[in-house]
Amino acid sequence: MTIIDEKTEHEVAAPDDAPRPMQRIGIGRRLSNGILPPLALGIVVLGGWYFISYQLLDEKRRFLLKPPHLVVQNGIFDWTVFSEMLTGLWSSTKVAMIGLSISILLGFLLAIIMSQARVIERAVFPFMVTLQAIPILAIVPLISFWWGTGQRSRIIVCIIISLFPIIVNTLFGLQSAERGMHDLFTLHHASRLTRLRKLMFPAALPAIFAGLRISAGLSVIGAIVGDFFFGRGDVGIGQLLRRYANRLEGEELLAAVFLSSALGVTVFLTFGWLQNIAIGKWHQTSDGAP
Amino acid sequence: MTSTENSSRSTGAGAPVLSFNHTQMVFPDGTEAVRDVSLNISRGEFVTIVGPSGCGKSTLLKIASGLLESTGGTVSVDRDRLGYVFQDATLLPWRTVLGNVELLAELHDIPKAERRQLALEAIETVGLTGFTNHYPRSLSGGMKMRASLARTLTLKPPVFLFDEPFGAVDEITREHLNEETQRLFRQEGFAGLFITHSISEAVFMSTRVLVMSARPGTIVAEYEVPFDYPRSPELRFDPEFARLCGEISHALRGSHS
Repeated sequence: MTIIDEKTEHEVAAPDDAPRPMQRIGIGRRLSNGILPPLALGIVVLGGWYFISYQLLDEKRRFLLKPPHLVVQNGIFDWTVFSEMLTGLWSSTKVAMIGLSISILLGFLLAIIMSQARVIERAVFPFMVTLQAIPILAIVPLISFWWGTGQRSRIIVCIIISLFPIIVNTLFGLQSAERGMHDLFTLHHASRLTRLRKLMFPAALPAIFAGLRISAGLSVIGAIVGDFFFGRGDVGIGQLLRRYANRLEGEELLAAVFLSSALGVTVFLTFGWLQNIAIGKWHQTSDGAP
Repeated sequence: MTSTENSSRSTGAGAPVLSFNHTQMVFPDGTEAVRDVSLNISRGEFVTIVGPSGCGKSTLLKIASGLLESTGGTVSVDRDRLGYVFQDATLLPWRTVLGNVELLAELHDIPKAERRQLALEAIETVGLTGFTNHYPRSLSGGMKMRASLARTLTLKPPVFLFDEPFGAVDEITREHLNEETQRLFRQEGFAGLFITHSISEAVFMSTRVLVMSARPGTIVAEYEVPFDYPRSPELRFDPEFARLCGEISHALRGSHS
């Protein structure tokens, strides 16, 4: 027997606090809102760049900031240079992804262990904060002293730099499920594993993705910093940056900087996209900033 | 109407399914929340406790459910089949209505096909058919509470504990939910223990209303509600209803002073 009645229908028809449907925004409006402001600023920046190159720097000092069209021409349209950069970028991407993957595994494991016992959280957390507080440049010599200057050291730099946000965000997320929800699981005698799987982990997903987006960007920085300092092994984008700077090759240097930045942005956007797929249907702010 | 419905006033014949015997609760910081509460509830009885904020009403429910261990006295109830409706709907935002309603059956390892059937029946009972694939974020406060009720119904518990479940919804929705809870009570024939601040809500739904004193909470007055089921919404305008509400209000003020 169903107890639905006219009041039910009334309530269903007009939910009092249901979220409002998204307003449809036209293409023109979206263009003007989302593309025009950064486009306008980009044009201003380019104008300023040309101004500095041609007005503030005389010809002898122009190598300090070559004009944009020369950067594109010599840094990107010159296939020999660009293919060298792409190879270096791929090497740095591999380092960043390996480092990030290890960070994710290690970070999840530590956060899960810390979430299960306060005493472990209290024991581990100060060391995590200390590790995070050490400037990466300060431990680079130590890393090269222990692990040499090859690929392994670069991955270790990536791990050190990207681990903390994953641990902190995952732990915060695992602890974010409401008390009432925990009570519900307690009342129905849920095991520790069931509680973790069906309550704590799904509740943690928004925070986990926020951490992943931060750490993904940091892992790219870690790969480039590591590559910059550790010269052995594959030539990454960091080593190319150093090489171009030493040779005073301004166009190539700027092109390599933009390429590095593009890698960071791509990784950040990829995790944002994954976040929308994973939690976009139910999480209120998944389409916003992390 | 099903055969299990009570078509008249129910006094809860039979052995109690929920008993408090001289129950006492003193928290570790020395706060005495509940003092010497004794109470029996049988199937077919709907008992509501009203009392001032912080008097230990919710503590009593937590003791009954096992979420808190009492420091004195005993509680007798089958905790394996206990329905508990929280102040908030406590729906998991990452699950649809169907997924949420299936949750308790899932935690009790009921096979998938069976729990799906139980969930769909419960969803139909609370009038949420058509919303099975909706996520909680797209439901109103009243609909969330219905989903929460449906989730508990899947276990067909003989005892239902309600911890101020409708306190956060607007007055009209609250009255609708009161009427539907009353119908569920008649349909399922469970024993209900309901906590509320609203005297009219208490009188409208209950067979008995108990008044609890300010901390330390103890039962200071008990009222039999003389109205037959089913109770229509118009009952709220009945002079006898108003008189009983007034009496309870008077007792509540006395317990507060």
